[in-house]
Amino acid sequence: MPRNRSVSAVLGSSVPRPRPQPFPSRSRSALRRRAVVAGLVVLSLILITVSFREPTSGPLHGVQSAGATVLRPFEVAAERVARPFRDLYGYFAGLVHVKRENERLKKQVNELRQNALLGEAARAQNAKFRAQLNFVDSPLFPSDYRAVNTRIIGWRSEFDERVVIAAGRGNGIRQETPVVTSDGLVGSVTQVTGGAALVTLLTDESSAVQARDQDTGAFGLVRHGQGEGSLIVDRVTKDKRVEVGDVIVTAGTRSKLYPSLFPPNIPIGWVTSVGQSDTANFKQIQIQPFVDFSSLDAVTALITNKKIPKAP
Amino acid sequence: MPADAAKAAVLLFFVVVVQLSIMAQVTILGGHPNLLLVTLVCVALLRGAVFAAIAGFAAGLLVDSGVFATLGFTALLLTLAGYWTGRYGETTGRDRAHAPILSIAVITILYQVAALVLRFMLGQNAPAGAIFAGLVPTVFLNLILIVPVYAFTRRLLRPREWAPREVRLLG
Repeated sequence: MPRNRSVSAVLGSSVPRPRPQPFPSRSRSALRRRAVVAGLVVLSLILITVSFREPTSGPLHGVQSAGATVLRPFEVAAERVARPFRDLYGYFAGLVHVKRENERLKKQVNELRQNALLGEAARAQNAKFRAQLNFVDSPLFPSDYRAVNTRIIGWRSEFDERVVIAAGRGNGIRQETPVVTSDGLVGSVTQVTGGAALVTLLTDESSAVQARDQDTGAFGLVRHGQGEGSLIVDRVTKDKRVEVGDVIVTAGTRSKLYPSLFPPNIPIGWVTSVGQSDTANFKQIQIQPFVDFSSLDAVTALITNKKIPKAP
Repeated sequence: MPADAAKAAVLLFFVVVVQLSIMAQVTILGGHPNLLLVTLVCVALLRGAVFAAIAGFAAGLLVDSGVFATLGFTALLLTLAGYWTGRYGETTGRDRAHAPILSIAVITILYQVAALVLRFMLGQNAPAGAIFAGLVPTVFLNLILIVPVYAFTRRLLRPREWAPREVRLLG
């Protein structure tokens, strides 16, 4: 391509240099370009501000719900296409630890078999005593709940632990609906539209669950730990007894200050380490969640028609 | 131009769906590949700053709707990412073979840091340690992705015949 610049024309010229003039076409183009970008940035900032301040019932959230509804069938389709590949990867990834896991599970099955026999006897006795006492209780898991089984169709960014499920208000899901898998507690619904809902996982920084040590009865607050996906039990005073291996379940208590969203006795995890120092007021307890949050595929939302008692 | 816009719209819609449904849960060595950012960088290099800024804004709004995020959050980040990459493609990076590689490496870092800062300003969860720990693997994964994605996008949106540079003589 010939260039329009000539060295001799530049150096050999004795013509006085004219005043520099802007290129009209170039400056117009640059102006238009900057105007478009500035407009989009300002629009984004306005949307962020309004979306941030507006309640979830506001018009902008309505528009967002419409967008989510449009995307939903495509997300479901993409998830279905990807599932066989993910299963295949999961199969081979699982083979790496399968021998060690098999031994651990065999041991666990023996322990659980013994516990199940004891539990069955206790359950029958409990039911009899409740009937005799005419005991009034809040909704119990799982008997007082209807399960809405649904698939995860979208994941938020790596910044937070939230997933989008393919069931919404039309399926009976409301804000604060508990979400579980067969392994244990997953989280709760924090935003809902007609056909989809946003579930904040237990491992998210904003999640906290009132929990109880099933073996010793010590109460605490399960929330995220220091590492990614780790959980701790906080606010357990040093006089309480918690042992490694104890099972942690939801407490289901409702207090005026810290109402629990979850019914009692949903398994959360087991205690992996317990520590305490002279300076700290509470024990340092780490737990391993029963749910594998990195490979969530389908979840169950728990819907109840029974009235949930509220503190006066 | 309308044909290009239609092609880019379909491409980005498809990529948004794939990113939200599949790629968002892929974690390799602590890194998270971002197919949407990679595709936007390719579009920006092939079609320029204004086109990419508008494409980034629209794709960002779709992402924010799909995952119930703060509306405008991803739109803002992708608008700026598209604009800057487009400007680089129109000026210094024009006809440079390494432009896609360099662009995605720089934009990935800037995008992650900007997202972190914005989340911090909004009072949302901003796990700086985890993000910085996964930054190098994320850049690496995006570098791997950009090779096939750029080849595909280049076939879809043919490179423009750039007008020759306007040169003013001094004399």
